[in-house]
Amino acid sequence: MNRSIITVVGKDTVGIIAKVCTYLAERQINILDITQTIVQGYFNMMMIVDTSHISEDFRTVASELEALGNSIGVQVKCQREEIFEKMHRI
Amino acid sequence: MININEVIETQRMIQKDNLDVRTITVGISLLDCSADTVDEVCAKIKSKIIRIAGNLAKTAEDISSEFGVPIVNKRISVTPVSIVGASACRTPKDFVKIAIALDEAAEEVGVNFLGGYSAVVSKGMTESDRLLMQSIPEAMAVTSRICSSVNVGSTKTGINMDAVRIMGEIVKETAYATRERDSLGCAKLVVLCNAPDDNPFMAGAFHGVTETDAIINVGVSGPGVVKYALESVRGASFEVLCETIKKTAFKITRVGQLVAQEASRRLGIPFGIIDLSLAPTPAIGDSVADILHEIGVEKAGAPGTTAALALLNDKVKKGGVMASSYVGGLSGAFIPVSEDQGMIEAAECGALTIEKLEAMTCVCSVGLDMIAIPGDTPASTISGIIADEAAIGMVNQKTTAVRIIPVAGKDVGDSVEFGGLLGHAPVMPVNRFGCSDFISREGRIPAPIHSFKN
Repeated sequence: MNRSIITVVGKDTVGIIAKVCTYLAERQINILDITQTIVQGYFNMMMIVDTSHISEDFRTVASELEALGNSIGVQVKCQREEIFEKMHRI
Repeated sequence: MININEVIETQRMIQKDNLDVRTITVGISLLDCSADTVDEVCAKIKSKIIRIAGNLAKTAEDISSEFGVPIVNKRISVTPVSIVGASACRTPKDFVKIAIALDEAAEEVGVNFLGGYSAVVSKGMTESDRLLMQSIPEAMAVTSRICSSVNVGSTKTGINMDAVRIMGEIVKETAYATRERDSLGCAKLVVLCNAPDDNPFMAGAFHGVTETDAIINVGVSGPGVVKYALESVRGASFEVLCETIKKTAFKITRVGQLVAQEASRRLGIPFGIIDLSLAPTPAIGDSVADILHEIGVEKAGAPGTTAALALLNDKVKKGGVMASSYVGGLSGAFIPVSEDQGMIEAAECGALTIEKLEAMTCVCSVGLDMIAIPGDTPASTISGIIADEAAIGMVNQKTTAVRIIPVAGKDVGDSVEFGGLLGHAPVMPVNRFGCSDFISREGRIPAPIHSFKN
């Protein structure tokens, strides 16, 4: 499994999760976990996903997600999980 | 499993506090590039650098976007050129040809600096070492990406005062050779004592002869992250302060370790070390001076600064050591003046003097760094400053360095602009009393008594 973390930050609006999830389904990206919280009035969502079945390279998916975020007015980032694991777990 | 608060914390460090990997530096041995003619040496050097580091820039960009952490610089360090060129170079001009070949190779593989235009003369100088040192002013003037360093002493060998005397003059000549660009050449020239073989940071990086054929060394950075973490413990005890720095340094270093291992795997080059240094940039919020302020001194240079810096340096190491399998290089807090907005402000308002900076170099890495001084400073005074720093390094068994810029045609009250990561700085006053009788003595200062440990 190739786990990545997708984060969505921005003003809450209708259909954010729907749009992101539709994109992920099209790219064969399986969602393993979703957490959502509001930090300082901002919508914060974190998804743990499995990117082992994507056909494009990782950079393409990350930049497409970023563009998708821009189109709905939120910031979307996709990063490999290791950076968080390394930083916060011994 | 990772939780959302941890993810938010990491992203904040990167986006708001300037956490980044400062450099991936590939060390390349050029020992197999010696030949009978200079042209042959140049051709071999270029082909080897391009073969080994050709994919460095792209690999670094891939890693950067996959992990979402900026990798600011891609760099190369090579075997000290005085050794590589020894068989072929007969004049300083011959060495300049090698500098140009290195510059072209650096440009072709897309790195912004290449270090190793160096001589290691801590005890004595070969003819080749002398020629390389004489070639430095022209080499710095005709190249844009080459960094030069000369190691003039060590705890084991003492200080080579002949080299110290020569380097005072070379620094002046380099300043003059690059006078059209605020003596920028001196920003790429550093004089060291106890130089490490595996330093990834410029200008002092070179690939020592104790190293393998090619190696990846990574320098992390994050003064802004430490500063932010300390904002939450204002007024707390030293115990709390120190624990906060350690924990933050651990997190920063883990990012470096991850990036280093990925780069090593993808490039097929072994991982060498992580350099734990806190390296500032001129960007707002990326300043070591701001951390000192947060610890409690009004301005960098105020009484208490040396103690605060000693504390910071030690805690960064203690936190970082556990985060990486191998640490090395310089590993400490850097205190360059022109590359740190807080330092620049402290120098401008008179809080920070060269004498105080010298005291600070006793407790941190590396030395008097990126300090602009008047262009009419005598060469013997620059040699005196170099000797003082080398003595601190020699006696305290640590790396020290001098990278000062006697800016041609400028005096106290003027300021200089180097641009980019090299920043800008006010010209700082230098003690006007001389030391020429001291510097004109020949030979070397013997090693200190505590170096005899056998």
